[in-house]
Amino acid sequence: MSDSGKDLTLERPPPDKGAAGKSYIGQSVLRVENRALLNGRGQFCDDLPVKRGTLQAAILRSPHAHAEIESIDVSACLARPGVHAVITGEDMRRHIAAMKVPLEAPLEYYGLAVDKVVFAGEAVAVVCAEDRYLAEDALDDIEVVYRPLEPVLDPLKAVEEDAPVLHPAVKSNLISKHHFRHGEPEAAFDSAERRMSFDIVYPRNSIPPIEGFVCIAEFLPENDGYDVISNFPGPFGMHSVMAWSLRVPGNKLRMRSPPNAGGNFGVKLTMFPSIVVMCVASKLAGRPVKWVEDRLEHLVAANSAPNRVTRVEAAYTAAGEVTALRLEHWDDHGGHIRAPMPGPIFRMHGTTSNAYKLRHLDVTMNIVVTNKCPSGAVRGFGGPQLYYATERLMQRIAVVLDLDPLEVLRRNILPADVFPYRAPAGAVYDSGNYGRCIDEAVAEGRLEDLKRRREEVRAQGKYYGIGYAVGIEPSQSNMGYIAIAKSAEKRKKSGPKDGAIVYATVSVDASGSINVVADSVPQGQGHATTLSQIVADQLGVAPEAIMVNTDLDTQKDAWSIASGNYSSRFAAAVGSATHLAAQRVRAKLARIASGTLNRPAEDLVFSDSMIRDPDNPDNAVPLYRIAALAHWSPGSLPEGMEPGMHERAAWSAKELEPSNELGEINCELAYGFIFDFCGVEIDPVTFDVKVDRYVTAHDCGTVLNPALLEGQVGGSFAAGFGAALYEEFVYGEDGAFYSGSFADYLIATAAEMPPLDIVHCTPSPSPVTLLGAKGVGEGNTYTTPVCIANAVADALGIDDVVLPVTPSRVADLLLAEEQARVGAPESEAPEASGSGRSLTGEDSVIVPAPPEEVWRSLLDPDSLAAVIPGCRSLETAGENRYRASVDMGVGPVRGRFQADVRLFDLEEPRKAKLEGSLSGPLGSGSGSGEVHLEACEGGTRVSYSYRVKVAGKVAAVGGRMLDGAARSLIQQFFRALVSQAGGPARRGLWSRLRERLGLSS
Amino acid sequence: MKPAPFDLLIADSLEEALACLHEHGEDARIIAGGQSLMAMLNMRLAHPSVLVDVTRLRDLSYIRCKGDWLEVGATTTQAELLAWPELATRAPLLAQALPYVGHFQTRNRGTVCGSLCHADPSSEIPLALATLGGEVVLKSRKGKRVLAAQDFQTGMLTTARRPDEMVVAARFRLQEDLARFGFREVARRHGDFAIVSIAAMKTAKTLCLGVGGVAERPTIQTFDAQSAEDLEAALNAFAWQLGGSDDIHASARYRREMVRRLGHTLLQEVSNAAAS
Amino acid sequence: MPLHPKNRPVAVELQLNGKPQRGAAAPNMLLSDFLRQELGATGTHVGCEHGICGACTVRLDGRAVRSCLCLAVQAEGRRVETIEGLAEADGSFGILQDAFHRHFALQCGFCTPGFLMSLADYLEGNPDPTEEELREALSGNICRCTGYAEIVKAALYAAARLRGDADSSRAK
Repeated sequence: MSDSGKDLTLERPPPDKGAAGKSYIGQSVLRVENRALLNGRGQFCDDLPVKRGTLQAAILRSPHAHAEIESIDVSACLARPGVHAVITGEDMRRHIAAMKVPLEAPLEYYGLAVDKVVFAGEAVAVVCAEDRYLAEDALDDIEVVYRPLEPVLDPLKAVEEDAPVLHPAVKSNLISKHHFRHGEPEAAFDSAERRMSFDIVYPRNSIPPIEGFVCIAEFLPENDGYDVISNFPGPFGMHSVMAWSLRVPGNKLRMRSPPNAGGNFGVKLTMFPSIVVMCVASKLAGRPVKWVEDRLEHLVAANSAPNRVTRVEAAYTAAGEVTALRLEHWDDHGGHIRAPMPGPIFRMHGTTSNAYKLRHLDVTMNIVVTNKCPSGAVRGFGGPQLYYATERLMQRIAVVLDLDPLEVLRRNILPADVFPYRAPAGAVYDSGNYGRCIDEAVAEGRLEDLKRRREEVRAQGKYYGIGYAVGIEPSQSNMGYIAIAKSAEKRKKSGPKDGAIVYATVSVDASGSINVVADSVPQGQGHATTLSQIVADQLGVAPEAIMVNTDLDTQKDAWSIASGNYSSRFAAAVGSATHLAAQRVRAKLARIASGTLNRPAEDLVFSDSMIRDPDNPDNAVPLYRIAALAHWSPGSLPEGMEPGMHERAAWSAKELEPSNELGEINCELAYGFIFDFCGVEIDPVTFDVKVDRYVTAHDCGTVLNPALLEGQVGGSFAAGFGAALYEEFVYGEDGAFYSGSFADYLIATAAEMPPLDIVHCTPSPSPVTLLGAKGVGEGNTYTTPVCIANAVADALGIDDVVLPVTPSRVADLLLAEEQARVGAPESEAPEASGSGRSLTGEDSVIVPAPPEEVWRSLLDPDSLAAVIPGCRSLETAGENRYRASVDMGVGPVRGRFQADVRLFDLEEPRKAKLEGSLSGPLGSGSGSGEVHLEACEGGTRVSYSYRVKVAGKVAAVGGRMLDGAARSLIQQFFRALVSQAGGPARRGLWSRLRERLGLSS
Repeated sequence: MKPAPFDLLIADSLEEALACLHEHGEDARIIAGGQSLMAMLNMRLAHPSVLVDVTRLRDLSYIRCKGDWLEVGATTTQAELLAWPELATRAPLLAQALPYVGHFQTRNRGTVCGSLCHADPSSEIPLALATLGGEVVLKSRKGKRVLAAQDFQTGMLTTARRPDEMVVAARFRLQEDLARFGFREVARRHGDFAIVSIAAMKTAKTLCLGVGGVAERPTIQTFDAQSAEDLEAALNAFAWQLGGSDDIHASARYRREMVRRLGHTLLQEVSNAAAS
Repeated sequence: MPLHPKNRPVAVELQLNGKPQRGAAAPNMLLSDFLRQELGATGTHVGCEHGICGACTVRLDGRAVRSCLCLAVQAEGRRVETIEGLAEADGSFGILQDAFHRHFALQCGFCTPGFLMSLADYLEGNPDPTEEELREALSGNICRCTGYAEIVKAALYAAARLRGDADSSRAK
């Protein structure tokens, strides 16, 4: 490929001869979708009627992050009235082929856990019952015996030699490693004036839609096929993956989408394995099966954007111009890799140099698995992670060189005369004027205001910072980009992969009314509105008169692997194809009308539902008359014309070429530009981080509907803002998941969102899309997290910013050593530390009985049964080993657990060690402890210490109270011990103290 | 996320409700607004075998002033108390704290007494009750008990309510002359569970702070007239006594620091306001 | 003293958007499920089932409440209003719906019923809110699509129109 792409020429759209005068494109046309939605008449997947006899599914999930499944007993569950089938991983392995992934490693994934679980929340079994309530009741009847294994959560630790391996067949948690070299990075580093290197960590988050996954699957024995209705949004390349896995030809897996979907943000792509599971469930149950994912399931197991560690090395000049970049990424995909993962890192590889001039790149990608929820295609798809590295770099260079960060950006930014520009890693930036966009964004005092604010606030001794970020926003994925995950040789073998097909159909019926069908599967963006604008412009009718249908039915509609809603594909791709189809309909109508009006077809004008002679107002014919002719009188149509009025356009841009030998590829079709800056104020008392003002400037080419565009920008900004300040999937070192409810995974509300100033830059229409439009759905998910991080770095004068920037994290940075502890001596304090999320503590009680008696209680099964809170049964399971069934809990939170306890290192009657585990529907726990008995005045002083870890549902949704709850349970145990061993305890000094201080005991 | 099955008594009278509690004891649970309990039922963290719905007991829905006390009945919602026209003048601490209880939609259904019974360590209403030295009135078939706030809430999600008892009313101390109050809450988002909530009260007799969200229940500490250094030391001691735990939203250390900082601010505010 | 034994559906009758409706619900059935599955009123959406997202908000005897935190049986004999009842008698948009429509205050529309029912109640109690008050009032509803700016604008516009402010047309 050429050095900068100066030799490139790109296709330009033909001059548009749309309707005379009026253009709907570019107007904020009101949404045609709203009449249904605002009246509660939307048709979301869970609203659709289902066949009688349809079963409802509920899923049993693992409380363990890493464990072998020793056995699953479903017999009690199957015996429960109303339960029709229970499906386990073994059933899946019997009935399907492992789901394909775009990597060479021998990964096997069946949708349900087989042999072992690799993350907390992993689906283990599916119950199909007559209603969801019954199905959930029945989950408790499935008995799974797990053998817990050591988990690994950190991607850097996961690739170490001695790390526990998740997938034994792969032999390593490093699933694949890829190296790309573009330009002459070694030489550039050798001759660099300056160098810098640092690590960044991008956290785990997602953009959970308010509607979860919904799927209704029916096995069709008459043709050994499946009929699926689901809110799966595409890409329909996954259809092939599902059909392959179900071992049916594609035409026997019918996939249909409902008219409405409750948001997607990329997340719903990863429901495809669940669709396969529900298909098998339907086959085994002999009835249709419906599954509605609930919120707890969604947060724990739907997906997460991959978290990433990147080692950044940059070569730059003393003037701040970056000349070369070396990046090594560790991309953490959680427990399984599911297609199209690890796609994001490859999709964004082409834009590694972002909007900058640098030409030398050295990129290493480590694709890693850890014991966390598997990754998915969250909106932004690799962009937030990549630009967190590039934009933190620019800010840090500015600090080191003592330059204004904006000046550093300007020195590096691509000039206006380079387009089309082939970036070093292969992306072909189609159009742009980045400098102008920056100028327009900072104009009208927008930046000066912020700088003034910073001065004022700092003068008051408070923290204020300004951050900047730029981002290239790619749209419409090249189906070939994922191929660069394979070696050049393998790529050659498997044949070329390129392009991205889109289908749209425009038809006019015999009454002249217009229907549009497109394969965009929208999730709320207003595609129907925009497509009606595009077609209205061509055919000279009002948009509201056009019916647009964007549902997809794989047995009836035109579709291809690229169909669906992802990768900001709509404006670039679906807009182009619909425009093309409408042009064809217009050409056909014009050709027919040409005879009637006696004017050449190309002269005719379409307006107000009429086809007109532009020079003679009286010479016109209603559009419906011409359309009717095409239906009623095919014989009178011009020679050679196809009858009817139904034009389908299939379109794939020629610029989406396959990759070259070096893995350089134009990963997407059109490339927009974003420039953001913001001011952040940090409260010096509470350390709360407040975004004072945020400006985002976009050049996404031709604007189709400004209000819808602002909606996309506002939505992706909210997601980026959340990632910066609120949203994170948090795991303990033991793999317990702590963000399982909307009280733990925090999504900003109207009260938290700062004012957003959207600047519409002078557009640089795309020469490669037919309307000049580029996608705009993802941009702020890329730039906003790092823009806010840069502002925080500026405010606090720090190098490392950890997202999300919580007040507690800021406090850790700013606070000096904590004021000295006062009060009770250490040994008696109820110290509990949550570090590493394992709870430790110690306390003591005085039991009015001699040590020998207390000792006997501890070792006698009957006494122990009485001591353990809520113990229903206890049996001896070996020497000093007990197995008990206990009901326990705190307040209204109660559950039944199976407890296994072992006492060891006994020193009668002075000392014993305990260890054990608990498991039940609420979760699992493990712990160890030590008990010391010591004769004292009034009986025996029983001192105990413990270390407890809790995982599963209680950890996921009750993390806030977990430590307190565990402490309370342990105290219950010892209080019971006291009463068992002879009457009420005399309280220890600390208990009395605490009581006096009004603290709980 | 559907509740496990339970028998449901829709009580038409207090006697019915108490008879049901008497019969089922620990297995029964009262539901009034259900704004905490329903979430736990849906998550199947709780599965009582009998649920006693008391929302129809309209005679337990009242806001009354009796002597020094503001008495709020068992089925009075948080929204009703917040809308009580005299709240700001007669119970200013509640007027400040109630808007932080969930959202208006949950306050529309959630009850004042229900929040006390749920005994969440971060809840504002138990904190207000404890700070004001309030009481809880319990009834069972055997009779009536009145417990001071500090005796009622015994720990995290746990109270001294006996299984056959129902909380029929809560009593908050009405505004005394010259008393001054302050309230601050640190939470990640509006309406979230408090990371730290702090109430300050200055009366003729006492100056105190109540803190929620740090220890396992709201905790009150009085502060005598002190020098600045003594005050700082006392606040530090108080912060350490509260302890606090790390969770995913904040560290224990952050919580203690907020107790020191906001406690200091609030104590000064109420002292200065009282002086002026 | 109606004691409803577990797993046994009982008849529940309520006023849904002014019309009496009847269905069967087991004691543990949520009001949200009852509306959607028994009465076919699928305009109310379920987003989290633990009372935080607000999508399922309906008006119960006029007050906005979470229908996922309410048992169907508890709604016996009560008035329930949902998004299906917001339009004018002639089918045209009511003021709130119209405000959301013209201000692009919805995208996927899944959370929208909760915002509308919350606002319908809130604006009755506080007809002239400041933007800050509105943002606080709306903090019990989560939207993932919009970032809220348009929702806040729509709510301010609707409030003005509900008050009959002459200048509401300027808010367009």
